[in-house]
Amino acid sequence: MQSPNQYKNPSTNKGLESSNDFVRKIAEGKYKYGFTTNIHTDIIKQGLSEATIRLISEKKQEPDWLLEFRLKAYRHWLTMDMPTWAHLNIPNIDYQAISYYAAPQKKKAPSSLEEVDPELIKTFNKLGIPLEEQMSLSGMAVDAVMDSISVKTTYKEHLIEKGIIFCSFNEAVQEHPDLVKKYLGSVVSYRDNFFAALNSAVFSDGSFVYIPKGVRCPMELSTYFRINAQGTGQFERTLIVADDESYVSYLEGCTAPMRDENQLHAAIVEIIVHDYAEVKYSTVQNWYPGDIEGKGGVYNFVTKRGNCLGKSSKLSWTQVETGSAITWKYPSCILTGDDASAEFYSVAVTNNHQQADTGTKMIHLGRNTKSTIISKGISAGHSQNAYRGLVRVAPNAEGARNYSQCDSLLLGSQCGAHTFPYMDIHNETAIVEHEATTSKINEDQIFYCNQRGISTEDAIGLIVNGYAKEVLNKLPMEFAVEAQKLLSISLEGSIG
Amino acid sequence: MKAEKQYIDIFTLYEDTICRLSAEPLNTPRAKAFADFKHLGFPTRKDEKYKYTDIRSLFEPDYGLNLNRLDIPVNPYEVFKCDVPNMSTALHFIVNDVFYNKVPAASSMHLPQGVIVGSLKETAKENPQIVKPFYAKLANTANDAITAINTMFAQDGLFIYVPDNTIIEKPIQIINILRSDVNFMANRRILIIMGENARAQLLLCDHAMDNVNFLATQVSEIYVGRGATLHLYELEETHTSSVRLANCHVWQEENSNVLLNGITLHNGTTRNTTQVTLNGPHAELGFYGMAIADKNQHVDNNTFVDHAASDCTSNELFKYVLDEHATGAFAGLALVRPGAQHTHSQQTNRNLCATREARMWTQPQLEIYADDVKCSHGATVGQLDENALFYMRTRGISEREARLLLMFAFVNEVIDHIRMDALKDRLHLLVEKRFRGELNKCQGCAICK
Repeated sequence: MQSPNQYKNPSTNKGLESSNDFVRKIAEGKYKYGFTTNIHTDIIKQGLSEATIRLISEKKQEPDWLLEFRLKAYRHWLTMDMPTWAHLNIPNIDYQAISYYAAPQKKKAPSSLEEVDPELIKTFNKLGIPLEEQMSLSGMAVDAVMDSISVKTTYKEHLIEKGIIFCSFNEAVQEHPDLVKKYLGSVVSYRDNFFAALNSAVFSDGSFVYIPKGVRCPMELSTYFRINAQGTGQFERTLIVADDESYVSYLEGCTAPMRDENQLHAAIVEIIVHDYAEVKYSTVQNWYPGDIEGKGGVYNFVTKRGNCLGKSSKLSWTQVETGSAITWKYPSCILTGDDASAEFYSVAVTNNHQQADTGTKMIHLGRNTKSTIISKGISAGHSQNAYRGLVRVAPNAEGARNYSQCDSLLLGSQCGAHTFPYMDIHNETAIVEHEATTSKINEDQIFYCNQRGISTEDAIGLIVNGYAKEVLNKLPMEFAVEAQKLLSISLEGSIG
Repeated sequence: MKAEKQYIDIFTLYEDTICRLSAEPLNTPRAKAFADFKHLGFPTRKDEKYKYTDIRSLFEPDYGLNLNRLDIPVNPYEVFKCDVPNMSTALHFIVNDVFYNKVPAASSMHLPQGVIVGSLKETAKENPQIVKPFYAKLANTANDAITAINTMFAQDGLFIYVPDNTIIEKPIQIINILRSDVNFMANRRILIIMGENARAQLLLCDHAMDNVNFLATQVSEIYVGRGATLHLYELEETHTSSVRLANCHVWQEENSNVLLNGITLHNGTTRNTTQVTLNGPHAELGFYGMAIADKNQHVDNNTFVDHAASDCTSNELFKYVLDEHATGAFAGLALVRPGAQHTHSQQTNRNLCATREARMWTQPQLEIYADDVKCSHGATVGQLDENALFYMRTRGISEREARLLLMFAFVNEVIDHIRMDALKDRLHLLVEKRFRGELNKCQGCAICK
């Protein structure tokens, strides 16, 4: 989630005391991002068939190889079944009742801000997306994706000077077909899983990042996702390539309007890290979680994977998951290069009737590879929150090292917290550790806070933030403040 | 479906024989088990529960079955003129899957009144009213093919009944002997019923006498009544061409205390599935396991601790040492059901891999639906501490010796939970022998060597 309020109201940045006001304010308004935008949208008919895919491809004027890729994925998808292994209760999804393409209607591609539909700018302003001059102040470049069409990539010229490519996926296909062709599907193949196949068949847009050799990206790159149109799914695709000795920090945020029906989001993120390069990928996911009765909400089925291809490459995933009715998400790392390292920091909060099954995979292939997993789950209300992770050490991964820690916090007696780690060790020099604990909030701590005049609700906010600190500290500044607030908001009303 | 077919055919052909040479309470669930088996088929590595052991391939070879209950020439006393030193036990034998009743009743004579330790078949014939309400109730054939096939073919096994408020001071030792001249399949059944406040200690040893391929399935159902205490030690010492598939179900009532200790010293392929249900408040479970494996040995422990009541405690510790091409797997699930508040559950799995070829899978799991609980699990895979090794070497201990010492220390943590001193001492010795390579093959009873 992009920080919606911080630019308009800098006073909220001061930390917890002001964030508590914020929490109260938000609690009254419930899900604050639940507005719809009155914009002409070009939606194709519901349903999925080869014709749909050809239509999407045609609308985007895609080259033949990409259409071929989509069709292969679609044919493969037809042979697959919806996975059932996750600790989730997923209602039947009718894939024919979804529209696979919804684009804000436009006459021609806008070349400057003036040409962008003013309604759209208003939406993004509401969301706090600084499409305009605040941009350079905050030092971020934003690629806003609405209903899976990239509307405007800001701050682009500045990046071009450095040789950095940051554009929508469609643009990349048109302008840098060689790069896209080389890396598309190289980390997440279209055969990978059910949702990856579906995404590969119907993805409509996304972001593409290429950082050339030796370049340190001077600002944080950011994508912003929003589902707007009714009855649509969002299928975006992100591809990040960090060439030798480069560095980039990438942020991703998402919201959706409040709707009674469920919306589907199935994305793919692929990251390729070459020699001595480093990529930081941070997500604050705040899709609409459904109402207090569990009605509506986004189904979030995401495949995220990075390949630390080069020597001493580094990939770091940080995620704060507060939204979505159902989350099915395992940002993973393949440690191919020698001395590569990977990190996974996650806070997942579920409240009311939300369900989350999230975690990571660390596949150690290269020598002296290191990985760290810190996962903090918080469940409240009637929610179910599961961590699922795999650490695999291949026979050649000499000296591999993994440390995993998964903690769960339970608020209330109706929720569930689960841990399903898998370890597969095939090398005698590997050192792999896993620890998990589950407990409720310490009553002594709450009592102490009460004694100091802090209400129980605020005390829980404090304690939860302290509990998640280890992960929140890994977030870039802009996100950290926002994430703290989100944590408190998500748990609002769960006490008692 | 070849593997399934041969068992379906045998059962269809010989169902009458099987039933005739068994007892009514054992025959009743056969038809359902058969239907379930036909429906389920053998699990493969695609089944989450069996993903580390390919069960179907284990059942594929042709094994002999002693459905006609022929006497197998063996005098267990000749083979086992032994006992754990300093430990007097009431000794019983099960040869393949037949309770050996030619033992003079001497060893049973010391048992308190009302206690039954004997053949499941005989007891089921004589006192069906004791066996029937418990047999095949915990071990559900509908969701496990191994339980189903065992229920189809099992004709005999061990039965233990300890009445309310009865304490058996002397440990009961059961020796399972696998003895055959041809490749052989044995289907054993164990039923243990502990009355309220009863107390017993039980030692079960698995041995294979002949160098043929054995496949032994064992289904145990253990009921532990209110306030009862049961210590169960299982020791496996077979050889590399034997397969052990053991499903154990334990049901614990209020305030009961159960200690399970499973030790795999020598084996071929072993799969132990253990399910413990803590059904009454304040029940306590200590669950410990250890495996030492080398060559191509495979040890797979699948445990499930079900906290169905509040205020229960479970402690679980499993340790593996894998050498050469050995493979090990551990999957442990602790489930805390809604309302099972004040649960304390701890689970630890630690493993040592000594070679590149050795492979370990570990999968500790928690599923928690109550908030006022303290649950944790931890798992590690690694090597011996280099600093400790270095320290020992600076003290003049050779590297080999230092490694051995550290490995003993590693597994002794499990042995130390044994609450029978004589057995503990014996196992310390056996483990040392095992690490020194002096316990290569089970020749007769290793316990008495």
